[in-house]
Amino acid sequence: MKVLMLGWEFPPFSTGGLGTASYGITKGLSNNGVDVTFVLPKAPYEKQIGRVRVRSALNLGGKVRFREISSFLSPYQTDESYRESLKEYTKSTKNRPISRSSEIYGSNLIEEVERYKEEALRLALEEEFDIVHAHDWMTFKAAKLIKEKTGKPMVVHVHATEFDRSGNNPNPYVYAIEKEGMDYADRIIAVSAYTKGIISERYNINPSKVRVVHNAVEHGSIKLKNMPDLGSKIVLFLGRLTLQKGPDYFLKAAKRILEKEPDVRFIVAGKGDMRNRLIEMASSMGIAKNVLFAGYLDKEMTEMAYELANVYVMPSVSEPFGITPLEALKHSTPVIISRQSGVSEVLSHCIKVDFWDVEKLASTILSVLAYPSLRRVMGFNGREEVAGMSWDESARKCVDVYNELITAPELSAPRIIS
Amino acid sequence: MVDVSFYFQVHQPYRLREYSVFDIGRNHKYFDDKKNREIIERVVKKAYLPANSAFMDLIRQHGERFKISFSITGVLIEQLRMFSPETLESFRELAETGNVEFLSETYYHSLASLFSPKEFREQVMLHKRLIKEEFGITPRVFRNTEVIFSDKIADMIKEMGFKSAVAEGADKIMEGRSPNYVYEAHNGLKLLLKNYMLSDDIAFRFSNREWNEWPLTAEKYSSWLDGVNGNGEIINLFMDYETFGEHQWAQTGIFKFLRKMPEIFLKKRENRFVTVSEALSHEPRGRINFPYLVSWADTERDVSAWLGNDMQKTAAKEIYAIERTVRKSRNKEIIRDWRKLQVSDNFYYMCTKWFSDGDVHKYFNPYSSPYEGFIAFMNILNDIMARIKGEINIPLERPSRLLGQNKSKL
Repeated sequence: MKVLMLGWEFPPFSTGGLGTASYGITKGLSNNGVDVTFVLPKAPYEKQIGRVRVRSALNLGGKVRFREISSFLSPYQTDESYRESLKEYTKSTKNRPISRSSEIYGSNLIEEVERYKEEALRLALEEEFDIVHAHDWMTFKAAKLIKEKTGKPMVVHVHATEFDRSGNNPNPYVYAIEKEGMDYADRIIAVSAYTKGIISERYNINPSKVRVVHNAVEHGSIKLKNMPDLGSKIVLFLGRLTLQKGPDYFLKAAKRILEKEPDVRFIVAGKGDMRNRLIEMASSMGIAKNVLFAGYLDKEMTEMAYELANVYVMPSVSEPFGITPLEALKHSTPVIISRQSGVSEVLSHCIKVDFWDVEKLASTILSVLAYPSLRRVMGFNGREEVAGMSWDESARKCVDVYNELITAPELSAPRIIS
Repeated sequence: MVDVSFYFQVHQPYRLREYSVFDIGRNHKYFDDKKNREIIERVVKKAYLPANSAFMDLIRQHGERFKISFSITGVLIEQLRMFSPETLESFRELAETGNVEFLSETYYHSLASLFSPKEFREQVMLHKRLIKEEFGITPRVFRNTEVIFSDKIADMIKEMGFKSAVAEGADKIMEGRSPNYVYEAHNGLKLLLKNYMLSDDIAFRFSNREWNEWPLTAEKYSSWLDGVNGNGEIINLFMDYETFGEHQWAQTGIFKFLRKMPEIFLKKRENRFVTVSEALSHEPRGRINFPYLVSWADTERDVSAWLGNDMQKTAAKEIYAIERTVRKSRNKEIIRDWRKLQVSDNFYYMCTKWFSDGDVHKYFNPYSSPYEGFIAFMNILNDIMARIKGEINIPLERPSRLLGQNKSKL
């Protein structure tokens, strides 16, 4: 079986969960005997990495090939951030006459998504494949076009919806692309039942064509050296600093905790549009001394943060899945997660709270800090539970979805769903 | 002839409310009155009252040939007084027939036998007094919480003046011997051993459609009991009283079975249903050693459901570690709260075995995870210490260390 996959990020050039999931699924598919051709946007200023080298570094085996499309698109992109990237690039190349970027790249996000669609089709026509599998909204238009031109069945994989990202304030343009992709897809893969619910309710999609395939976590870890000793209890937040991830709830809980236990320290790791607001918030609440804004952490620093923390907290407002608690548990670090998350469907050895219940969040964190035996049992059992999860299993479920479409070819004919 | 000894455990704990760290030192209300009332109201309606009525009818119908035994905990009796006096009255009516025996156990359905002989003895005495007061009967046969038994417990019980007890007929201690006889413990204490196969056929398998004996008819089961004739003298059927109507819902036909099975079994004139004391009148067939703890729970038949993980061990250690301090407070309310916290169910809720699968451990469990069960328990324990600290000025044996000095990660 051959799959043409349209994705947005892939390690090592990735900033979030989408890249991690794309890698996990691709590797799992390869282990399940599926050939994958992975199409990725590549920013023109990124250093060229030989595909063979990427493959061997990521331990992907011979069944995976990469094709790149030169573009500034990246996940979590907004129109504003796209224009920003383009401007920087134009500035850096303005003295080189061959690179008239404004003529090659779309001048805004909408144009670029359209251009990308055509590029992807051109590339798809050179490839042989049985299924087109697209990850999140920016690729949906491309997948639809490829389906129309080749007649191959189309799967869209929803890692997040505009409702999760925007906090119930969707950008109509993005919503429309998502909706169109979901309507045209022969099957939709949702990363959780939680997301499946949003897809069926908010996008008005018949749930019978949506399959839930939960994410997993990559096993094995880096050996850590020179671990600092911070000498106090540490509570960790790690994620993009955006509305969706609930960092403001984390700070409110921190404030409440510090009223009772003034020595606790809070690490806020990640970058995002809320960063400055959060820093101001911490200082106006008078807790700045105890809150460390660590910025974006690379892989090794991330592992170090999990290792250092006494408890990991994921207070997301709306989290389609949420791989980070699984990563924290690989370090036996106990986790407290938002009920409004997909990962809460597959993880039992943790404590689940509603993101808005700051009082409960604070008291739970305090209790976990207070009782060492609680941390031991949560960490140990959670780690065991995570050890039983694998991307191969998630990929196997994707193969089941492909098989549904390949054995029922009539489904793949383009049709309009109102 | 075969004697059948039916014994039912009747117990519901006080469920704790979601007691937060921020409540410590401020709020001394530990129990979820609303939930406790709801559960009692539900369980009496679905199980206790219809079962009591069935047993009353059976006693009227068969007279001397139909007897049963109950072990009712102090914490349940307290709750029935508050939430369902008519149920208590119906147990009293059963007691008045003379065909019902009551067993002895700890008032608080606690694990005190494993941690504090002094507390254990006191709770047994409190329970004995309560049963006498409620039912006019002094219990003579001992049944430990969750049928936990060992040679050491046998010694404590004997020292308290008991001559007999019930225990689990677990394979590991039976070593191929039949549970259908009376035995004695290493110190001569007479023992009734649960026939777990025949007990579990009713308690766990009755409504299981995967079971190759489903549906279990009164005729079939009665013939199994009868089949013991010739290779046994007594059959000990021990189970939770919630089996009737709650673990096995009325729709499964459990009450019809309950009413019909004795009738068929008693058609043979030499068969009888007896109380535990009558069952114990048979001569012991041999000696059984309990070198380690044996209970009636799970397939392991050990204490791992209550004391299997680190949280459970910590919680148990901490609650008994403050015993002297609690007693010294001489505050009756504090002592009662401390005892109500000892109910074994609180430890059961912290069990992490099979938690991710979801199973029998979830039954009536008020928490969404074992971790929240532990948190509520430990926070309350810290509040009890705070109350004592506030009321009397004695140095505490164990400091109330909310945030431990332990710097290491775990």
